[in-house]
Amino acid sequence: MSVETFKFKSRMRAVTDNAVTLLAILATVIVVAPLIAIFAYLLYKGASSLNLAFFTQIPKPVGESGGGMANAIVGSGVLLAIASAIGVPIGIGGGIFLAEFGRGTKLANAVRFTADVLNGVPSIVMGMAIYVLIVKPQNSIIPFSGHFSAFSGGVALGIMMIPTVCRTTEEMLLMVPHAVREAALGLGVPNWRSVLSITVKTASPGIITGCMLAFARVAGETAPLIFTALGNAFWSASLNTPIAALPLQIYVYALSPYDDWHRLAWAGSLVLIVLIVLAVSLVRYVTSRGVLKGAS
Amino acid sequence: MPEIRISQSQFQPESTTPEGGDRGRPVAHEPSEVRKYLLSRGNSALADRVFHVLMVVCGLSIFGIVLLIVYALMLGSALSWHKFGFGFFYKVFSDPVTNLPLFWDPVNARFSALPFVYGTLVSSFLALLIAVPLALGLATFLTEMCPGALRGPLAFLTELLAAIPSVIYGFWAVTVLVPLLRVHVNPPLTRWLGWTGLFNNDNPTGLGYLAGGVILSIMILPIISSLSREVMSTVPHSQREAVLALGATRWEMIRMAVLRNARIGIVGAIILGLGRALGETMAVAMVIGNTPEIHRSLLSNGSTMAAVIANEYAEAVSDMHYSALTEIGLALFIVTILVNALAQLLMWVVTRGTPSQTR
Repeated sequence: MSVETFKFKSRMRAVTDNAVTLLAILATVIVVAPLIAIFAYLLYKGASSLNLAFFTQIPKPVGESGGGMANAIVGSGVLLAIASAIGVPIGIGGGIFLAEFGRGTKLANAVRFTADVLNGVPSIVMGMAIYVLIVKPQNSIIPFSGHFSAFSGGVALGIMMIPTVCRTTEEMLLMVPHAVREAALGLGVPNWRSVLSITVKTASPGIITGCMLAFARVAGETAPLIFTALGNAFWSASLNTPIAALPLQIYVYALSPYDDWHRLAWAGSLVLIVLIVLAVSLVRYVTSRGVLKGAS
Repeated sequence: MPEIRISQSQFQPESTTPEGGDRGRPVAHEPSEVRKYLLSRGNSALADRVFHVLMVVCGLSIFGIVLLIVYALMLGSALSWHKFGFGFFYKVFSDPVTNLPLFWDPVNARFSALPFVYGTLVSSFLALLIAVPLALGLATFLTEMCPGALRGPLAFLTELLAAIPSVIYGFWAVTVLVPLLRVHVNPPLTRWLGWTGLFNNDNPTGLGYLAGGVILSIMILPIISSLSREVMSTVPHSQREAVLALGATRWEMIRMAVLRNARIGIVGAIILGLGRALGETMAVAMVIGNTPEIHRSLLSNGSTMAAVIANEYAEAVSDMHYSALTEIGLALFIVTILVNALAQLLMWVVTRGTPSQTR
């Protein structure tokens, strides 16, 4: 190889290197700029639409301006309460099984794998399954069956929470040092007590924020609610009737032709976003520094 | 747990035999105060077993959920399955009056899932086409080039965007993205690339496969980039240093050490993104146009499997309609399960040797 070729080749390598660096930076800008734009747009639109009426009034009939989404906020609260009552205990139990009882066993690996796969299943499929099992059959054994109801919506959301809560609980429990468990057992504490009062309690900040994250995720779910909770333009807190929910209301209003309804939908989006930002930053904070400080 | 039983059986005899005689055998006739207290706390061996079983049941509930979904969807789709069989996914009916192809005819209870399968595939692959290069660029930048001060906020931002509800993305797409495409993107695409047949601007709304693909790409970008970043950061530093020590430039180092070692995991991340794109419902349902037709042009209206379920399930007109929609749901479930399982396996192969990371 002559000197000229060598010089040319090394220059080409340097040029390629710089080009790739430039491309990577370009990709980052192309990705980040619209993301920030989306976020800023949401904040701007939401903040300019939010007012007190949003939290205190129910939707006005078409043609009248004003009104709010108070019933949808309450409805989301009811649905999320049912969902948490189902998803949190079972999810935490599953996480305890994975971290404390099944560590390294084939069964636990299978459960972990299935939970991860289940996390990626579209939420609308979950809603469909609940529709077939609870909403459709006219059956006296299944509670609230035979029609659209708040209960069925809550169950759909609750089932969706289980895999997420299960996996975060497991990850948090694995961070608890073994010495803590051994100390508890060494004092003669029964194993169940040691798990609940020592291990789980040590990891509780992480577990709670993990639950919050799952909570925030299902709070924004629309697809499974369309044919379980259905939505409702009026006040409702009964488990037996269709109920309004924030994301459902946003969906309906977003596709409507009225500016006033769009305004309400933006305000609703902002409320959901704030909930999610809170949850995500809490999780980040806890996992980065706060968690398990007293234990290790 | 054996340790606990030992500690109690050692403790009980001392407290139950005040005179010190008859050691090792608890006196049955008159239990002491201490023993009563201990017994009132319950038998920990039994409690432990009950607790263990409870936790196992919670763990097994994950399998229960999968079985329940499969059972429900098979129950719901039996009618359509018996009538249409596998033809459901490829058959084309024709309109008796106009002789045009007809796929989805709730009035006469004739259903074919072909346009929805087509729409799902087109929009998902479009999304991957846009998202994968950008996501890999972002992941490379974050792991290899980014100054430390910028890394945290950027990672946080992408994480946040992965958590924004689908319906809000859809709302943003309807109000901002679709008008943008309609005015500034679709006409030039038609003018310059119209000869390919893929871009034919006969749809004045701006909705369609392209809008669906773009919003999907925005939604799956954070997932692909954060997972690839995780995989790329598991490549040992010694590999990078070895390549650099041989005189490689940074790009050559990234190509030879990082991308080559992480390629399986990156493929896993992309497949996971594909899984999300296939099942994404609300945002796509809001921008894809929702017509059960097949078009070659990416600017035409279409529909996806998830979108048609979201739009029609709550107000289906007949049992057969319900059943057909449920069968689409079952197909979607099976496909996403398989795609996700494949992705998890690939990710698992790569990250097996390293400790689990929450972030």
